Amino acid sequence: MGAYVVRRVLQAIPTVFGVALLTFLLFNAFGPDPVRTALGNHATVEAMANLRHQWGLDKPLPLQFVDFLRQIVTFDYGTSFVTGDDLGTQLKAGALVSLSVTLPPFLFGGIVNVAIALFIARHRDGLVDKAARGLFIAAMSISALVYVLALQYLLAFKLDWFPINGYEGGWSAVRYLALPWLIQLLLLMGPDIRLYRALFLADMNADWVRTARAKGASEGRVLLRHVLPNAWIPIITQNVTTIPFLILGSFLMERFFSIPGIGNLTIDALSRGDLPILKAVTVLGALALVAFNLLNDLLYAVADPRVRLS
Amino acid sequence: MSALPATMGAPRPAALEALAALWRRPHTCACLLVVAAYALVAVLGWLHLLPDAEAAVGGAQDPPAWHLATLLGTDLLGRSVLWRVLAGAQTAVTIGLATTALAVPLGTALGLAAGYFGGWVDAVVDWVYSVVVSVPDILLITAISYAMGKGLASMCVAIAATSWVGIMRLVRGEVLKHKGSDYVLAARSVGASAGRLMFSEILPNVVHVTIVTATLVLLAAVKGEVILTYLGLGIQEGASWGLLIAGAAQDLTNDIWGPLAGTVTAMFLLIYALSAIGDALRDVLDPRVG
Repeated sequence: MGAYVVRRVLQAIPTVFGVALLTFLLFNAFGPDPVRTALGNHATVEAMANLRHQWGLDKPLPLQFVDFLRQIVTFDYGTSFVTGDDLGTQLKAGALVSLSVTLPPFLFGGIVNVAIALFIARHRDGLVDKAARGLFIAAMSISALVYVLALQYLLAFKLDWFPINGYEGGWSAVRYLALPWLIQLLLLMGPDIRLYRALFLADMNADWVRTARAKGASEGRVLLRHVLPNAWIPIITQNVTTIPFLILGSFLMERFFSIPGIGNLTIDALSRGDLPILKAVTVLGALALVAFNLLNDLLYAVADPRVRLS
Repeated sequence: MSALPATMGAPRPAALEALAALWRRPHTCACLLVVAAYALVAVLGWLHLLPDAEAAVGGAQDPPAWHLATLLGTDLLGRSVLWRVLAGAQTAVTIGLATTALAVPLGTALGLAAGYFGGWVDAVVDWVYSVVVSVPDILLITAISYAMGKGLASMCVAIAATSWVGIMRLVRGEVLKHKGSDYVLAARSVGASAGRLMFSEILPNVVHVTIVTATLVLLAAVKGEVILTYLGLGIQEGASWGLLIAGAAQDLTNDIWGPLAGTVTAMFLLIYALSAIGDALRDVLDPRVG
């Protein structure tokens, strides 16, 4: 196990280097000049040179890249171009807000959707199953943006059950987050339930399920005691690899409801040419994805004794 | 004597076989007609034969009326909402096709090369693959739209950049399965070049994977346009479904439903038809299903 982890971490080094190179090329080499974005078209040559020096953009590109690599290794991404704030603090605050937007519907939705999928699998090919399949296909053909818009209009604007948008820290955040939570729950249902139903049904005709039936197990017992425990592994796989995306936050929700998470931070940074934020979010997002993929493989080995890590 | 089994005749190409199978399903046929209608709208738009979506046809925000141009009402500048929805369809088809035209050949070519040559080619392709999949899609799209400037072209490149990897992976896997089979060895033994083996021998047998994923890329592009445009990363000017829906939030508070209803219907039909065709194609082309 230990040797496996060490090797996987070593294997991740060229990948992370590649991510750093890609990020650096896109933002520093090909992107528009952030100094020009910040000072506008009428800035003097002197003012531009000063700012360029202050931001360290007057160094040759290879040296800037080495600086960027050092930031990645030390987890110190410096300060924002625009506000001058320390990025570590800013990103930590943003990540917490993003998690508060996405984590509750992710956890609650996971449980509810597994339950609904079990119910549908219990009545497979029956009326419930057919109706659900048609409904989900139709529902998934409508853009997520439309759900956000329609539910905000109906529940917040017309019925006044929720604030239209905004955010406050602490417990009062719940008031503002309730509607985004509800919308995300609905958006998760279609894809999740379809996936879980397929997972459950894949095992329905397996030998060990037939054996359980032959011993007189009821359909419910077959599903709960024999099919569900086996399906946990792919369910975990599906969900663990989603966690980095939770930290990233739902860009759409944050933008639509003006919630100050990582998504909003990134989009604001994009229009202001705030390269340090953009580069830090991109690299940290990739690092999280790599780390959770490794964690996922380890969990896989723990959950399934047939899997040998080598 | 009984007739020869059907399998004795020369096999029809898999793609033709698949098309014939699709025609036998009435539901899929209907979906193909829907997609054909959108393609027609797009072609008419490219030839400038659609009514001008930028021209005023009435007053500001006229309510819907029984006249074709004002069937869904007009917008703030008096332009026909229906014409704008149609122009948005043209934009959506353009984005879908451009993205697919970028992602599918790139993914297929790299998958073929990585699977066929193995060794350092495979290692390099695998490195690029692992880098691209490690960056969460939305961040890669953000970075590309920063580097290239916002707009239709950069959005197509960005969505393609996130979607070629899946195709590459699938094609590479299929090529590995086929590389050692008898028909490839036979072609090699009569002196076929690497290019001929890859493109004339192996490619026709793995192309079904590409076709099924191509419909997924198309779908991702059409859906992606709306979200990215809303986030300010996509279409900046002209007519697009994303701009129409983004503007609809304001309209709703004034009880104006035309733009939202029109755009949602237009999007729903296209996405529903495309996903149904994708599913049907998978059924008829993928030997592992059904």
